[in-house]
Amino acid sequence: MDDTLFEFLHSEVVNYVVDVTNKDNKDEDLSNLEYIGFSVGYKIIERLTREMPRFKDELDMMKFICTDFWSAVYKKQIDNLRTNHQGVYVLQDNGFKFLTKMSNGKQYLELAPRYVAFTCGVIRGSLANIGINCLVTAEVQNMPACKFHIQVQRT
Amino acid sequence: MSRASTRFDTKKVNSELVTLTYGSLVAQMVKDIEHLDDVNKQLDRIGYNMGIRLVEDFLAKTSSGRCLDLKDTADKIQSAIRMYVGVQPNVANWSAAGDEFSFVFDTNPLIELVELSEDLKTLRYCNIICGAIRGALEMVQLDVQSWLVQDQLKGDSNTEIRVKFIRKLGDAIPAGEE
Repeated sequence: MDDTLFEFLHSEVVNYVVDVTNKDNKDEDLSNLEYIGFSVGYKIIERLTREMPRFKDELDMMKFICTDFWSAVYKKQIDNLRTNHQGVYVLQDNGFKFLTKMSNGKQYLELAPRYVAFTCGVIRGSLANIGINCLVTAEVQNMPACKFHIQVQRT
Repeated sequence: MSRASTRFDTKKVNSELVTLTYGSLVAQMVKDIEHLDDVNKQLDRIGYNMGIRLVEDFLAKTSSGRCLDLKDTADKIQSAIRMYVGVQPNVANWSAAGDEFSFVFDTNPLIELVELSEDLKTLRYCNIICGAIRGALEMVQLDVQSWLVQDQLKGDSNTEIRVKFIRKLGDAIPAGEE
């Protein structure tokens, strides 16, 4: 299927969630959007990693997410991966797919959370399926760059 | 991290990505919306919205001109579907008046990995395609109706989408101008 289809479908998913779940309340609730992403991530990674050898460790999994996984889904690799080696990872994408066509700078910045929530879910879902429980949040300061913060939960 | 990745078949991943995203969306809708009829309407609406945008992408990528007649329209939609969805439906079952025809899919990537449970039998999962066709054609000034006749998810051997030509839309005068 063509790449455009995924982009357009994603915008419609965003539209739907924003329309339906946020009819009454002022504070935008994007948790359904994140959940849709979660279930997509959970399923897609299962299919991608089916014939792969076991990962060495957590860092190895993160590297996989940044390179192969990101290229498969977003057609480029993560530009920068940083970690404090205590369960916090920061993935930086300087030209995030869902933002590149929207703005180059601060215009529409207030809408950015809508367009990154799905992907936060995708990351969380993928990691959940390979055995990492985590919280994923996104930070957009200047479009189209986006930073995803992953905080691994160890309990 | 500069190593180029060739590990996955991009086409396949893309198609699965769309299928899974659409599936999750439908699942969420079924949860959110009480009546399946309303879900069907929403799916059609979403298709319509995508069709409106897809037609621009299609015209830009193929530089095809205006349709001469409905047969030409059918051919163009057929090639658009091949381009975007990766499968080619057959154009069939023309009505005697030549204003109605069907797209028949023997495989449909949208419903791969999908199974409908007993209580979802009235869900029209592929309504998004009908909506997309309608939306796309409206942008090129053709008013059509489009609906699902056969559905593989309901046990039919093909997925068949019927398209009925209603009328040509004229050029409207912009508001405020004579």
